[in-house]
Amino acid sequence: MKLTLQIWRQESAQAKGKLVSYPIDNIDEDMSFLEMLDVLNESLVAKGDVPVEFDHDCREGICGMCSLQINGEPHGPDRRVTTCQLHMRMFKDGDTIVIEPFRAKAFPVIKDLVVDRSAFDRIQHAGGYISVNTSGKTTDANAILIPKENADKAMDAATCIGCGACVAACKNASAMLFTSAKVSQYALLPQGRVEATTRVQNMVRQMDLEGFGNCTNTGACEVECPKGISLENIARMNREFLGAKLKG
Amino acid sequence: MSNSVPSSIGRKIIMALSGLFLVSFLGLHFGINFLSVIAPDLFNEASHFMGYNKLVQYVLQPVLVAGVIIHFLMGFVLEIENKKARGPVGYSKYNGGANASWMSRNMILSGAVILAFLALHMYDFWYHEMVYKYIEVAPEDPTRYLPETVHKFESITRTGIYGVSFILLMLHLLHGFKSSFQSMGWNNKYSRALEGFAKIYAIVIPLGFIFIAFYHHFNQLSH
Repeated sequence: MKLTLQIWRQESAQAKGKLVSYPIDNIDEDMSFLEMLDVLNESLVAKGDVPVEFDHDCREGICGMCSLQINGEPHGPDRRVTTCQLHMRMFKDGDTIVIEPFRAKAFPVIKDLVVDRSAFDRIQHAGGYISVNTSGKTTDANAILIPKENADKAMDAATCIGCGACVAACKNASAMLFTSAKVSQYALLPQGRVEATTRVQNMVRQMDLEGFGNCTNTGACEVECPKGISLENIARMNREFLGAKLKG
Repeated sequence: MSNSVPSSIGRKIIMALSGLFLVSFLGLHFGINFLSVIAPDLFNEASHFMGYNKLVQYVLQPVLVAGVIIHFLMGFVLEIENKKARGPVGYSKYNGGANASWMSRNMILSGAVILAFLALHMYDFWYHEMVYKYIEVAPEDPTRYLPETVHKFESITRTGIYGVSFILLMLHLLHGFKSSFQSMGWNNKYSRALEGFAKIYAIVIPLGFIFIAFYHHFNQLSH
């Protein structure tokens, strides 16, 4: 395949960026998108140019590191895949592909296509855990019966890899899907109920402090989420939050 | 964040509650307007009641105005905040249509058109009612409402503006009504049925208003 890549290049967080055009040839349709970028970078290095910076780690769709906005969609045109799982067969010979970093005030660009997503870490730190005293006699988690439906829903919510595609897709740069998945995975389990009231309030407060936008229920986050995290989680978080506020 | 500033979820809930209130008022408004087609005398009676009943005038009307102001003001505030949250540099290519409906992405546009329409509608009916009652101090006349309403739809331009505005209202409701349940945290086995009801309501009520406007326009042409 012969392609034209239009890639956002930005030297540093402070520098002004721009789209730079790169023609690329001999791309196999079975390559992953990141392998295609590796090929580009090898050619740039061979020419003595600075390679394109982009985030990646496991390349198996598990870690949530890859984060590219491809032709106007986070993780590209395919569904339920991360950028590393996206294959070049999704594109046609002669295509122009626009590659940009995830855009949000809370996700500042560090360099080229790499953005700082530590805002998600801080939301998680605000309450995305359960406090367990491990110094004395602890109860075996399996001793507490959990309805299968709740266990499944909690597990589904916990599959969120925190990649940030929800924020990137949302026209408001809202982080509601991410935060709600983290709230839900605990809210659905008896172990998580103990701190449910403070958790939801603390996580929502942190989410707002980070400068994410307001959810307007467009549903773009759910469509673009590589793990298929459901909007049902946002409804649950709203319910949890309203309940927590009413409790005072 | 200060406790005096509602959280992002708090703002969603305010939008949802004010929206649901306006949706329910819209249903009542449609019910009364539809009487102008099927039972003109009853329409006059209902309009006279709404115009002179003390509870409606001094309690429900101010609550309605407050609901409208809160909904629109909050809508514009959220839009400004959301634009800021997107950051200083936008996408060169943003394929919003790939993952969200046009209605959901353009609520501010349909809302702005509805606001402009409301200004016309208030001038057409509320302003003239105020002049009639408080400036001209004209006597109560329970039979004047139907002729006044019909007269408004003489002009095809005004009737057309009403039609287009109600199309925008339909698009606004198609996203907004069902969305309000999600904002309120309503998600259970009845959600699909409720969403279906919201969809039907969002289509039928605005189409009904359009029918009434064009009915009065063409009905008077035939006389």
